[in-house]
Amino acid sequence: MDDKTRAELYRMMVLIRTYEEAILRDYHADKKPAFDIGAGLVPGEMHLSAGQEPVAAGVCAHLRQHDAVTAPHRPHHVAIAKGVDLERMTAEIFGRESGLGRGRGGHMHLFDPATHFSCSGIVGEGLPPALGQAFAFKRAGADAVAVAFAGEGAANAGVFHESLNLAALWNLPVIFVVEDNDWAISVPRRASTAIGNNADRAFAYGIPGARVEDNDVEAVYTTAGEAVARARAGEGPTLLEIHTLRLWGHFEGDPQAYRDDLDEVPGRDPIPRYEQHLLAEQVLTEDSIRQVRQEASARVEKAIEFAKQSPIPAPERAAEYVFA
Amino acid sequence: MSVTQTPPAPTTSRRLTTAKAIVEGIAQEMERDPGVVVIGEDVGAYGGIFSSTAGLLDRFGPDRVMDTPISESAFIGLGTGAAVEGMRPIVELMFADFFGVCMDQIYNHMAKIHFESGGHVTVPMVLMTAAGGGYSDGAQHSQCLWGTFAHLPGMKVVVPSNPADAKGLMISAIRDDNPVVYMFHKGAMGLPWMAKNPRSVGPVPEEAYETPIGRAAVAREGADVTIVTLSLSVQHALDVAEDMIGEGVDVEVVDLRSLVPLDRETVLTSVAKTGRLIVVDEDYRSYGVSGEIAAIVAEQDPALLRAPVQRVAVPDVPLPYARVLEDAVLPNRERIRAAVRRLTQA
Repeated sequence: MDDKTRAELYRMMVLIRTYEEAILRDYHADKKPAFDIGAGLVPGEMHLSAGQEPVAAGVCAHLRQHDAVTAPHRPHHVAIAKGVDLERMTAEIFGRESGLGRGRGGHMHLFDPATHFSCSGIVGEGLPPALGQAFAFKRAGADAVAVAFAGEGAANAGVFHESLNLAALWNLPVIFVVEDNDWAISVPRRASTAIGNNADRAFAYGIPGARVEDNDVEAVYTTAGEAVARARAGEGPTLLEIHTLRLWGHFEGDPQAYRDDLDEVPGRDPIPRYEQHLLAEQVLTEDSIRQVRQEASARVEKAIEFAKQSPIPAPERAAEYVFA
Repeated sequence: MSVTQTPPAPTTSRRLTTAKAIVEGIAQEMERDPGVVVIGEDVGAYGGIFSSTAGLLDRFGPDRVMDTPISESAFIGLGTGAAVEGMRPIVELMFADFFGVCMDQIYNHMAKIHFESGGHVTVPMVLMTAAGGGYSDGAQHSQCLWGTFAHLPGMKVVVPSNPADAKGLMISAIRDDNPVVYMFHKGAMGLPWMAKNPRSVGPVPEEAYETPIGRAAVAREGADVTIVTLSLSVQHALDVAEDMIGEGVDVEVVDLRSLVPLDRETVLTSVAKTGRLIVVDEDYRSYGVSGEIAAIVAEQDPALLRAPVQRVAVPDVPLPYARVLEDAVLPNRERIRAAVRRLTQA
């Protein structure tokens, strides 16, 4: 892997983290002293993706604008890595008229036709639409691919297995990416999943499967590159599982009292670890790190400012957009 | 190919079953638009369990008429994703009753994406499904359930009662930029292996035409009582209307044809004329189409009614298997006739 790619992976991870930290800040800013989930500039459930940056950065580095991505209820890292417009995405999260969905969707329902990005708040149910996008690409003779992201909890849902079977049967250009962050809200993987490696489930559908350990962004990049190349070449689907990290709660306000791994979580943060690695390898310098952070911060704060300045939807138009 | 916006009065003498009319509509659109594909269980060599896709495989080949595994969530969601990317898939859910295994893809995805995207993403897809009982298929294969689909926002719902509308509504559904749930009644398809009303065979123009979605039809004009109904029950209601001539009662029959959007105007106009309303619905009685129609009149002007509304619907019981029990709960001619008498003799 060349240094430019490694620096780019780092840059993307920092951008995602910077974004999630800013949303975290603004989400809680007006929910004090008592936390009220429906209050404030950013109301509702908020599932932040800190710790899972290596998955989005490593996979989406191989994608082009015309490739499709479906993300689950925790979508920001994937959206950013896919290249969704940061300002309109943020405006949507703030429920504004200039948001991706004019404030009708919210943070779990981001749709960006320009980058073929969408997400679904229902666990596992983003997989079938990705199949359909892959189906349309294949029929059009394009070499575009579709990538469906899902948490490890989704791998036990019926729709996951229906989708793998159909994708394999019809040889669709789709990549399934399971983000194993160890937790389905409060249920640990050991209490939900009969096997140790979800990628082994690929065997049941006659497709390749691979698991990446240790939230290693370079391993994600390499493994995903092979899967995307296979799909582009018409060789069909691949199932990947990435062992990643949920750095924060399932959603903001989650006290995480159930969590027995909290002590070790900070030490598993993938960004300082990768930063140290790239410093040691002389890919980054203290100066270049500072520059990456400054640029990320400037982009994110500009997006948040855009959102805050965007108009609030008119209540008398609440019933619009049901039909085309 | 000529394309007309409204169905001409069928001057043709050519008569088709509802099933063949549906297939003709699909085939004409497949000829016109390469983005139209048919996806579902047994839609290929079998031609659809209720003949809704008969002959399409031979004509268009396996790349456009695709049998699927029994994976309704996967293949309905596939249809949604393909529609998002600009195709116009027709996806068949073999029985409406089977929505239980795949409803998330239908009401949380197919129906909501346009809204959640603020109108930036469209889902031009047809979800075709078989509804209705009357042939002892039991509680899991006989339901209409159109009220359930119509209740949930974001999908149009059409319910043809005759061959000409079946073709025109299919063409309209395919061309519509929204998801359209196309619900045909098994008993109205004109199948050779199921008892049928002669009204399941009728004149169908040969050219492609649209039957407008959201517009009801006055299937029979009358002065004394309005029957608002849909799908197979329209055929029963027309039979009853003819019977009632002998009793000196002039029945108007309104065929809703679409549940979403609903043509409130035609319902209100008819009720304003007759002052008497019977709603006949093969779906469950409570929280459904019959209550909605009654509510429209109540909201507009209860004084339109000279007598209380009558409802003939399935009395909130799963469809029983035994013939005599199923007959007892379906809105058949006897129950409709009794309602007309109650209302006109009151």
